[in-house]
Amino acid sequence: MIANLVQLAAEEEQSPLIPPGPELLIGTIAFAIVFFFFWKKLLPNINKVLEERRAAIEGGIEEADAMKAEAQSVLEQYKAQLAEARHEAARLRQEAQEQGATLIAEMRAEGQRQREEIVAAGHSQLAADRKAAASALRQDVGQLATELAGKLVGESLEDHARQSRTIDRFLDGLDETASKAEATR
Amino acid sequence: MSADQTQLAFEWNCRIMADNGCGFPAPGLHSFLFQPLFEAGGFEFNKVMLLALITTFLVIGFFYAAFGKAKVVPGKLQMVGEAGYDFVRRGIVYETLGKREGEKYVPLMVSLFFFIWIMNIWSVIPLAQFPVSSVIAFPMVLAAIVYIVWVSLTFKKHGFVGFFKNVTGYDKSLGPVLPLVMIIEFFSNLVVRPFTHAVRLFANMFAGHLMLVMFTVASWYLLNSWMIPAAGISFVMTIVMILFELFVQAVQAYVFVLLACSYIQGALAEQH
Repeated sequence: MIANLVQLAAEEEQSPLIPPGPELLIGTIAFAIVFFFFWKKLLPNINKVLEERRAAIEGGIEEADAMKAEAQSVLEQYKAQLAEARHEAARLRQEAQEQGATLIAEMRAEGQRQREEIVAAGHSQLAADRKAAASALRQDVGQLATELAGKLVGESLEDHARQSRTIDRFLDGLDETASKAEATR
Repeated sequence: MSADQTQLAFEWNCRIMADNGCGFPAPGLHSFLFQPLFEAGGFEFNKVMLLALITTFLVIGFFYAAFGKAKVVPGKLQMVGEAGYDFVRRGIVYETLGKREGEKYVPLMVSLFFFIWIMNIWSVIPLAQFPVSSVIAFPMVLAAIVYIVWVSLTFKKHGFVGFFKNVTGYDKSLGPVLPLVMIIEFFSNLVVRPFTHAVRLFANMFAGHLMLVMFTVASWYLLNSWMIPAAGISFVMTIVMILFELFVQAVQAYVFVLLACSYIQGALAEQH
C-alpha cells in the first residue's frame, strides 16, 4: 500500500504548490457557504442583539439618571418643606408666648380689679352696717337714757326740745370718742 | 484512508534494529496525497474535501447555535461566540480599517478567520489529523477571494489611472528611481502578494503537519531494543509539537485575516 502511495505520488509528480482542481472547487464552495451564512443570517442576527443590548444599557443608565434627578428634587422639596415647617413652628411658639403674656397680664389686671371691687364692697357694707348700728344705737341709747333720766329725776321731762338737745350733745361726745379710738387703732 | 493511517497500518512491523531491515518510513509529499474515498462521475472525493465540508458545517453549526436565537442577555454559548466575533471585529477589522470603513468587511473577515482556524485545527484532531489548509488549493481560494476584493475595490475607489498609481506606489518625489520602484511595487503588489498570502498559510500548516507525522512515526519506529528512551523523547516532542501547532494554527488564521484587512486598507488609502 505504501508502494501504492509512493507510486501515486510519482504519478502525480507535481509540486505541492500546484493546486488540484477538485480541491479548488470544494474549497470555494465550503467557504462560500460559510461566508453567506455569516453575511446574510448570523452576523445581522447578532448585530441586532448587540445593538439592542447597547440600547438597553444606555436606556438603563438614562433611567437611573432620571431617577436620581427625581430623588434629588424630592429631597430638595422635602428640605424646603422642613425648613418652612420649622419656621412656622418658631412663629407659632413666639405667638403663643406673646398671647400667653398678654393673657397673664389681662388676668392679673382682672384679678386686681375684682379684688378692689370686693374690698370696696366690703368697705361700703361695713360703713352701711356701722351707720345702721349707730342710728339704732342712737335711738336705743336715747330712749334708755331718757328712761334712765326720768327714773332718776322722777319726773318726765316736759321740755322735749331740751331733752333732745342734751341727748344729741351726749351722743356727739360718744361719737367723738369712738372716732378717736378708731383712729388710734 | 489517510496517509498516516495507511502508513501506520502498513509499517506495523517496521522498527529500528528489526530483522526485516526496513528503513525509517519518513513522511514526505506522499503524506499529503489521499486515495479517494469514493468516485462519482470521475470526481474523486477524498478525505481533505470531506474535512473541508465538515469545517463548513462545524463553523456554521457552532455560530448558528450561538447566534441563531441570540438574546440580549447571552447564554454561555452565545457569550463564547460573541467573544470570538468581537475578537475579529474589534481586534482585527476595526483596528486596521476603523469602525466606519471596516464595518462592511466584518462578515468576510469573520468567516475567513473561523473557516481557516478550524481547517488548521484538524491537524491535531484525532482521526482527522490533517490540516486542510496544508493543501494549497484551500489557502489559494481564500487568498484569491481577498485579492479580487481589494483589486476591485482599488479600481472602484481610484479609477483606472488611480489604480495603477496605487499599486505601483507612484510618487514623483522619488525622481530617477521612480520607474524601478514602480516595476518592483507592481510585481510585489499584484503578483507576489496573493502568492505569499496563500503560501504563508499553506507552508506553515504543511511544515507543521510534516513535523507532527515525523515525530509520531518516529515514536513508533524507535520503540525497540535500547532505543526505547529515544522513542520516549520523540513522543514528548509529539506532544510539544501538538501544543506548538495549536498556537501556530491560531496565529496563522489571525495573520491571514490581518493581512487581508491591511490589503483592503491599502486599497482604500488616499494616494500619496
